[in-house]
Amino acid sequence: MISIVNYGVGNLKSLQNAIQFLGFESELISSPTGVLRAEKLILPGVGAFSFAMENIHKLNLKDALLEKVGSGVPILGICLGMQLFFSRSVERGEHKGFDLIPGQVLKINGELKVPHMGWNEITFNRTSILNKNLPPSHYGYFVHSFYCQPEDSNTVIATTEYGGTFACAVESENIFGVQFHPEKSQELGLQILKNFSEI
Amino acid sequence: MLAKRIIPCLDVKDGRVVKGIQFQNLRDAGDPVELARYYVEERADELVFLDITASKEKRPIVYDVVERIAQEVFIPFTIGGGLTSLDEIRQILSRGADKISINSAAVENPDLISRAADSFGSQCVVVAIDVKKVSRDRWQVFTHGGSRQTDLDGLEWAERVSLLGAGEILLTSMDSDGRTNGFDLEITQQIASSVSIPVIASGGGGEPAHFEDVFKKAKADAALAASIFHFKKYRVKEIKEFLLNRNINVRI
Repeated sequence: MISIVNYGVGNLKSLQNAIQFLGFESELISSPTGVLRAEKLILPGVGAFSFAMENIHKLNLKDALLEKVGSGVPILGICLGMQLFFSRSVERGEHKGFDLIPGQVLKINGELKVPHMGWNEITFNRTSILNKNLPPSHYGYFVHSFYCQPEDSNTVIATTEYGGTFACAVESENIFGVQFHPEKSQELGLQILKNFSEI
Repeated sequence: MLAKRIIPCLDVKDGRVVKGIQFQNLRDAGDPVELARYYVEERADELVFLDITASKEKRPIVYDVVERIAQEVFIPFTIGGGLTSLDEIRQILSRGADKISINSAAVENPDLISRAADSFGSQCVVVAIDVKKVSRDRWQVFTHGGSRQTDLDGLEWAERVSLLGAGEILLTSMDSDGRTNGFDLEITQQIASSVSIPVIASGGGGEPAHFEDVFKKAKADAALAASIFHFKKYRVKEIKEFLLNRNINVRI
């Protein structure tokens, strides 16, 4: 059973559909007890960093999530969910994240269109549970205006180019994050979700 | 590098795909889900479903179609056609569509763009703009399937919807639409270079070279087409291979 944290940001239907399509079960949870019961967690999310953290605080999910992740339960952050793992973000003022992965979340700069929306190439730079049975590079579907900059480059498992090179997939022990949307990235995206589901 | 997107568009009426699509391999060529699956395998980057059902009472049929598509299609898809309220938009997004597109309702009630963007995020709000060239350097906006002329200038309206919170512009040139003589490069280029959001060019794509032009010359971010794919004149894959050979970044 994969527990998807539902904290009021974004539509979770596609993610649930993708997990079901792969033959796994999922549930939506939004309480600390739900988190503490989970065997495997997905932290999704679209929208603003500060709004997401506020909702997590309101639902009292932060301590439960930290406790669960500390106990070794695998967690996958998708898009904003991945960004929340970091120490801080500069989206609409400076805001603190979970600080599970030291580093910051910064605005995409350059003269390119923001948000970075569409299919872009993901290049894996090392093997991970997430890229099992995947080619070294493939396309993923992105929608975001901020990117993650981990302090420790060893946590980076894949990068993408858009106004510079940034980390689009990270791994730190039982913590996984992807900036793109695997549930919308056709069969290669589904493979990533499958790899996580099979941990 | 971000890939240029190729987007087939399907017209859906009363829950069925219309406009004589001829596919031998499909069990049911009128089934939106089956066609969606076909185009996903063809490496379409996104899909747009335009609901042309006349009556509002039949809206639930579309909701059901959205739900069925979302269960099997794992690329982004947009639903458009006759959406006028935040509630209808919510109904469609909650069933798994990634984006909605609004056209006439956005012109009549521009506030709908900002309200939809505030409620669901700009990334899922596509504003469709139908334009027709009225003089040497002026394109006028039309609504209601091109039947009503408005006072709006195409370029000005595009800039305004982008400020109101639209996430993308789907620009259709009524002069080019249905003619397969190429996209309107002039207005596409003008809008694509003046707004900060992606522009999907639509209308006129009939040959692979038209797609090359709209990406290279007009700087469109994506191109939408219907008949070229439905009548199997070219496959999505063929267009993409052509573009790749001309150094345009596409997802193969």
